[in-house]
Amino acid sequence: MTDVGYVVAGWSITAAVLAGYWWWLRRRTRHAERLDRDT
Amino acid sequence: MTLLKPAVRRALGWAALGALVVLAMFGLWGAPPDEVQGDAQRLMYLHVPAAWVAYLAFGVTAVCSALWLWPRTRSMVWDRIAGASAELGVLFTALTLLLGSLWGRPVWGVWWAWDARLVTTAVLLFLYLGYLALRRVPAAPEAKAKRCAIAALIAFVDVPIVHFSVTWWRTLHQEATVFDPELKANIHGVMAFTLWWGVLAFTLLFVYLLDRRYRLEALEEDLDERELEQAIAERVAGAGTPGPAADKEEVPVG
Repeated sequence: MTDVGYVVAGWSITAAVLAGYWWWLRRRTRHAERLDRDT
Repeated sequence: MTLLKPAVRRALGWAALGALVVLAMFGLWGAPPDEVQGDAQRLMYLHVPAAWVAYLAFGVTAVCSALWLWPRTRSMVWDRIAGASAELGVLFTALTLLLGSLWGRPVWGVWWAWDARLVTTAVLLFLYLGYLALRRVPAAPEAKAKRCAIAALIAFVDVPIVHFSVTWWRTLHQEATVFDPELKANIHGVMAFTLWWGVLAFTLLFVYLLDRRYRLEALEEDLDERELEQAIAERVAGAGTPGPAADKEEVPVG
């Protein structure tokens, strides 16, 4: 793999991990809010 | 149930996203390739800010744990912030190791080296994974908060060891470039700007995510508490009424 390949892999993984974590937080918070309203 | 007002949180989220986009523009195109490392050095614009946020997150966990242990400032708010911050610290430490490995392959020729900085960072990751596991062990809230606070303070001892490992031992890992003892960046121009901008962008992202994680922690704790209260109420109500066996006619044995 070339240097550019490692750079693209690093930036893509970072973006995916951070976006994934944010999405997971958002989904779980919405679920908890729904349960909070229902109970 | 949040640390920040919703409008502030929203503004912070957009500011973090904007700062990350600018970081990508400078990190991938604006900054020139390094004279020695070539394009691989562009991974440093993520690796260094991720490492900084990991330090920051574990620092917040340690301070909040100490505030929980101090009787005058004891509040479950500190325990929740400590837990939320530790989770973010683990996330950013894992990213630091991963990005360092991706950078190490083209520059050092290896994915991993048994180097003091790398090993102490991996130990840090496992220490805080243990801390997060400890938070999941069921117990009364106060007891759980106490043992987690003590564990967080013990784990934090590794943070200065990680940071100073490059000066205390002879390592393959280079010495601090940005965070040297005088906080003087030993690089200049667009590269220094991009690195500092990365630190700012990741810090904004950390504060935003910390607030969101805190809210989730508070919501889930509240739900758990209510569930427990409901279960106790049902049990108490059940104990007061006769069970189905009482209605049955007694059958003589033998």
